[in-house]
Order: sequence, then structure tokens, then C-alpha cells
Amino acid sequence: MSNLLEVSGVSVTFDGYRAIRNLSFQIGSAELRAIIGPNGAGKTTFMDIVTGKTRPDEGRVTWGERSINLLKMNEARIAQEGIGRKFQRPTVFEDQTVFANLLMAVRNPRGSFACLFYRPTAKDRTRVEELASEIGLSDALSRKSGELSHGQKQWLEIGMLLAQEPRLLLVDEPAAGMTLAEREHTTDLLKEAAKTRAVVVVEHDMEFVRRLDCKVTVLHEGSVLAEGSLDHVTANPQVIEVYLGR
Amino acid sequence: MSRSFLLRNPSVLIFLAALAIFTLSVTLLSEAFGSDVISTSFVKTLGKTLCLCLVALAMDLVWGYCGILSLGHFAFFGLGGYMIGMWLMYARTELIVADSLANAAIPPTDQEVVDAIGTQIFGVVGSSDFPPIWAFAHSLPLQLLMVLLVPGLLALVFGWLAFRSRVTGVYLSILTQAMTLALSLYLFQNESGLRGNNGLSGLQNLPGVTASQAVVSIWFLWASAFALGVGYVVSAWVVSGKFGSVIRGIRDDEARVRFLGYSVEGYKLFIFTFTAIIAAIAGALYYPQAGIINPGEVAPIASIYLAVWVAIGGRGRLYGAVIGAAFVSLVSTWFTGGQVPSVPLGFYTIDWVDWWLVLLGLSFVLVTLLAPKGIGGLFDLISGRLAPNRHGADYGPDKGSLQEEEGRG
Repeated sequence: MSNLLEVSGVSVTFDGYRAIRNLSFQIGSAELRAIIGPNGAGKTTFMDIVTGKTRPDEGRVTWGERSINLLKMNEARIAQEGIGRKFQRPTVFEDQTVFANLLMAVRNPRGSFACLFYRPTAKDRTRVEELASEIGLSDALSRKSGELSHGQKQWLEIGMLLAQEPRLLLVDEPAAGMTLAEREHTTDLLKEAAKTRAVVVVEHDMEFVRRLDCKVTVLHEGSVLAEGSLDHVTANPQVIEVYLGR
Repeated sequence: MSRSFLLRNPSVLIFLAALAIFTLSVTLLSEAFGSDVISTSFVKTLGKTLCLCLVALAMDLVWGYCGILSLGHFAFFGLGGYMIGMWLMYARTELIVADSLANAAIPPTDQEVVDAIGTQIFGVVGSSDFPPIWAFAHSLPLQLLMVLLVPGLLALVFGWLAFRSRVTGVYLSILTQAMTLALSLYLFQNESGLRGNNGLSGLQNLPGVTASQAVVSIWFLWASAFALGVGYVVSAWVVSGKFGSVIRGIRDDEARVRFLGYSVEGYKLFIFTFTAIIAAIAGALYYPQAGIINPGEVAPIASIYLAVWVAIGGRGRLYGAVIGAAFVSLVSTWFTGGQVPSVPLGFYTIDWVDWWLVLLGLSFVLVTLLAPKGIGGLFDLISGRLAPNRHGADYGPDKGSLQEEEGRG
């Protein structure tokens, strides 16, 4: 299986602090991966690099079958290439309805003129309704998304990600602040998504990672400390020392 | 402009109806129709107010909807005025010159006519040659095109440079102030080719028109009302669809929009240029009614007033901007016109001509603090528009994003 995303030898320095040191990471085109690591391990910086928010000092980030160089693109272009990102705290457009939020995310031409003359087609409406039922917000389509509960906002954001039809999903702590039932629902959504695309989940919560049942990458001080199944990495003495031991 | 668009935006129909009723009643009560209720100068004031409403609409699009606090949109307004003023001055002077040369023994050549026009227009700055920027001033269609092109291109270039470097928030506001200040200082120079601090004058006299000012003022009232109506419908259409969703998304959380795959810079540039053109059209209709334009009109303070109007009227809703501009500029005319009785306090007399700015500043601060939704917020009492409860947090991390008080119903 060829790799969808390949990060090799990447380093970033912020004001002399080396947030990422010679990091290498690969993921296949239909794979679920969890990234764990203590605070400051560089999990969020890693996502920033892949999505184009941060430019690394050195290293390569290549994407897709044709090994496109992602470092040359801006955030919007990278998103159009098929990388979707979910932030740590739910960021939905609170002033707008759930429908408008989802419609904005549905895969369509993103240019300003295309958007100006765009009117929702029946196909797009159906797509939004499908997504809404998938994330359990069918009854809330006309509500402003700012009124939703925290968990519902998280789902709405996941729904917006799915609407983008990305080939790689980067998800930052999806289970934060969710109830047990909501967590289970989220796990199912992510596992389902990973059948057809690559999904990277950054998570603190070990229980949640265990439930994902996937390969785990442990980050520490900006580079990969261990990689393998959860049982494998948790048995690693170095991992126990830097992360689990605390 | 489908039926469903108007059905989805009932405020557009209400607005158009109110505008039509206003224009009709002013017309019927004007001197041009034999009634003395509204003087010609007040008709002009009302017509100018409609133009100010149009530029406020542009400001609301760029600030209230897209979150870009541009403090330079009056530069585009002024440029629009200058562009139309050039044709008005040229064409009228041409008629005067042709009149005076008609009795000459030898018929004047074309070059002699142009030279005579140049002497008439630029004598005041000690010159008689036409600067290159007047190349199209002889032709109304070309100069009308300039009304759109010159401010549009300025906005395009300025916006491209600013947005590409991701200048946002207060830095962008300062940059736009610098732009309008630079333009104003440039125009103040005699060498700018636009008559320096004299500006362009006599713009109220339309070349070749014999109708009285009473009638002309009504023409301009209608033209302004028409432009405002069209501008309102187009603006409502622009913000009603997915484009509106995206720009409001940019206002509340720019980074999120970027990660959805939208090129934020492209959208900002689009809306900045589009609103600059609206402002230019408003200016092109305003200055023939004002009669004179000079570099003081594009001074930085003018653009700040514009932001104050929109803030008092209620940003993020089109009718709010219109109401704010109309209300504040009319009240301002009233106060600064010396028609408001002074308040004697015994030890000091409050003369409103001097104190009006203090009052305006105070009401701006009070509106921002106590009623961030402005006058437009009063309409929520009727419609009960509901907004999410954010428990005191604003809608997004960006500097232009709505505060919770603005969204709450």
C-alpha cells in the first residue's frame, strides 16, 4: 500500500525552541491512526505543518500518488487537495444555521465568483440532510449552531469535515468534553470514516484511543518515540517513562 | 433575482417600498412641483443623504459582514466624485469657451478651444496645460468608466498587497487610514493635476442643461434613490447565499474558513474592491449635488465618520447601515447648521455647532457599550430574531468577529 501522506525529516524552531525535531511520519490511504504524547510533544504543531499553517525549517511533506509537495501550498489549497482538519475546541460558525455550516463545507468549487453565483442544488441539499442524520442533527438544521451543546458542535464540525470529502482527516482531541454516549458515537463515526480515507486522531484520553483500536504513534519532544499497537507502545519502557508514568 | 429571493428576504421589499414612498413624497413636496414645503437646498441635502446611505451600505458589507474595518472607503467615494467632476468641469467650460469664441473673426481651431478650456480650468493653479489624467475628460462615457475603474483598481492593488501579507485587525485599519491620508495629501498639491486645494467646483451646473436647479435636484434625488435601491438589492443578494455565509465566516473565524478550502484573501479582495466601486458610484452621485469637491473630502476623518454611522445604525444588517447613515448625517446637518437652540447654563452657553462632535462621539461610545446592535437592533424587538447564547464569549477569535451582544436577540 502506497502512502497518502509522507512527512520526512521535518524540523521547526519557534524562537530558538525546537518544537519538532527530525519528525517522520507516514499514513496509508485508508488507515486510522492515533497520535498520543504529553503536552508540548508537538502534536498540534505537526497538524499545523501538514495543513500549511506553519512552515517547517527543513524536511519534506509529500502528498498523494503524485507526491505533491505540500510545503509550497497555502492552507486553502491544501484543504482543496483533500486534507480536512478538526480543531481542539469546536469551531463552527455560531452566527449561522447548521444547514449553512454544512452547506459551506460540502465539496463544491471554492472560488469567490463560483460561490457568488452558487445556488444549492437538490443533490447538495440531500447531501446536507444525509450528513445531518449521520451526525444526529437532522432536527437542528435550521437552528443557529451557536445554540447547540458542546458535543453537538463537535459533531457538527466532524460533519463539516466529512462534507469536504477529504482523503485525510486530522482530528484534534475529538472526545474532549463529551459524555460517554457521545464518545461512543464519535468513535463509530471515526472508524467508519477510516474505511474509505486516512484519519489521524490526536488524543490524550487512553480509554478513547483503546476504543479506536488502531495503530498508535507516540510523540515526545517533537519526534516519534514509538509506533505500533496500543499494547505494544504502552509496554515500551521509554513511553512509560515520559508519558504514562506521569 | 428570483421570487424566492425576495420571499426569503422580506426586508428588501419593505426597504424598496419605503425608499419609493420617500422619494415620491419629497418630489411632490418640492419646489420643482410648485410646492414650497421642501426647499431645493433641502432636496439636495436629502439626495446627498441617499448617497451617504449607499456608501454606508458598502461599509456594512466590508465591515459588518466581512469583518474588515476599512477606514479608507471615503477615498473611493471621493475618487468617484473627482472622476465625474472632471467631465462636468470640462464639458461646462467647453460650452462657455465655445460661446465666447463664437464671435471671434476667425473660427478657433480645436487646439485653441482645448487651450482655452485649460486656461479656464487650471488658471487658478497657475497652469494651462491638461495633465495626462484628464485624457478622457472630454467624453462622458469614458469618464463614467473611470468612475468605476480608478477606485476599483486602487482598491484592487491596495487590497491585494494588504490581504496577501495577511494584514488584519487594527493594522489593516491603520493602513487604510494611511491610504486615504496619502491620497488627500497628494490631491492637495497643485501638481496633482486636480486643482490642488481648490478642488473641482461648479459641479451642480450640468453642461447643456437649461432646467432650473429645483428640477435638477429632483433628477439627482431620483438617481440617488435608484442607485441606493439597486445597491441594496445587489448587496442583499450577495450576502444571502453561500457567498454571504463565507464572508460572515471570515468575520467570525478566518482560520476555519481557510481550512475549509476557501481562499480567504481572494474573498476579502473581492468584497473590498466591490464595495470600493459601490462607494465610487455613491460619490459620483453625491458631488454633483454638493457642487464642489476638494481634497478635504477624502481626509481620514471622513472614513471614520462612515464607521460611526454604521456602528450607530447597527453593523451586520443592511438596513441598519442605511438608517445609521441617514439618521446621523441628517441630525448632524441639523446641529451644525445652527438650527438647534443653544443651552444657556449661566456660566457657559452650549453652542451646538461646537458641541455637536462631542455629542456624536459620546453617542458612539454609548451605543458601542450599551447597544452594540445599534438602531437596527430595535427591529429585533418586533421580529424576535434569535441568536445563540455564548455566555459572554464573542463569535470567533478574529478581531472583526461579532461580539455576543451584537448577535443576541
